[in-house]
Amino acid sequence: MTVGPSWYMTLAAVLFVVGLLGMMIRKNFLVQLMCLQLMLNAVGLTFVAAGRARGYANGEIAALFLVVTAAAEATVGLAIAVSVFRNRNGASPDELSGLKG
Amino acid sequence: MMELVLFFLLGATVLAGAVVTVLAKNSIHSAIGFMGTLLSLAILYVVNSAHLLGVVVVIVCAGTVMTLLLFVMMLVGVNAEEPLREDNSSQMKIVAGIGLGMLALGAVAAFTGQLDWFPGSRTVPQEGSDLVELAESLFTDWVLVFEATALLLATAVAGAIALAGREKKGRGS
Repeated sequence: MTVGPSWYMTLAAVLFVVGLLGMMIRKNFLVQLMCLQLMLNAVGLTFVAAGRARGYANGEIAALFLVVTAAAEATVGLAIAVSVFRNRNGASPDELSGLKG
Repeated sequence: MMELVLFFLLGATVLAGAVVTVLAKNSIHSAIGFMGTLLSLAILYVVNSAHLLGVVVVIVCAGTVMTLLLFVMMLVGVNAEEPLREDNSSQMKIVAGIGLGMLALGAVAAFTGQLDWFPGSRTVPQEGSDLVELAESLFTDWVLVFEATALLLATAVAGAIALAGREKKGRGS
């Protein structure tokens, strides 16, 4: 019984769904950011598993760029969190509906 | 055999950490679960012979991003009991429907054997990832993406300063 790439794909899919659900059911902005990172890392796992199955280095490189993107996203997201906290005194994301028509 | 044991062990920790991240009432507990998920994922990357990526995930995600997150969490303040979103039940129904539907779809595909994404793929045995090959590929085929990433990071830093930086009133002349 060997562990094939499909196994890792299944694990990544479950991880992605967990992150997606967390994104939708949590109110806390920081926890939502963490769930976003969970989803990104799930995608990275699929890249790595696919790259290994094909024998290319490209999967690992794509996942590397994914990590960089995740870092940039965390930077901007945390800046938004700090600025919202400063201006609105800790509003939850649901209350930030100023652009809604 | 070794990989089978590692897969189930690490898969269990990955999913347990993710569930803790989603369901923990205290956001510090969420952060700890998230860190467990990331560390287990890094070991899974190494098992998949992506050694460099495992190290990078530990340093960047579990190190830097988590430190930043915890710092902001302390700055903003943690209220100990943070309720889940339970009030609007129609939204919860939609969420539960999406989640269960996706999981059921995946389970059906897995158990009927339709999940073989890579027909005829050779399962490459674990070998150290070839760093020279990786670097050559990174700086020839992927060099445009590499430069774009540099631009993205610079933009992110500028955006963070523009969003959260506090201007001093009455700067010199």
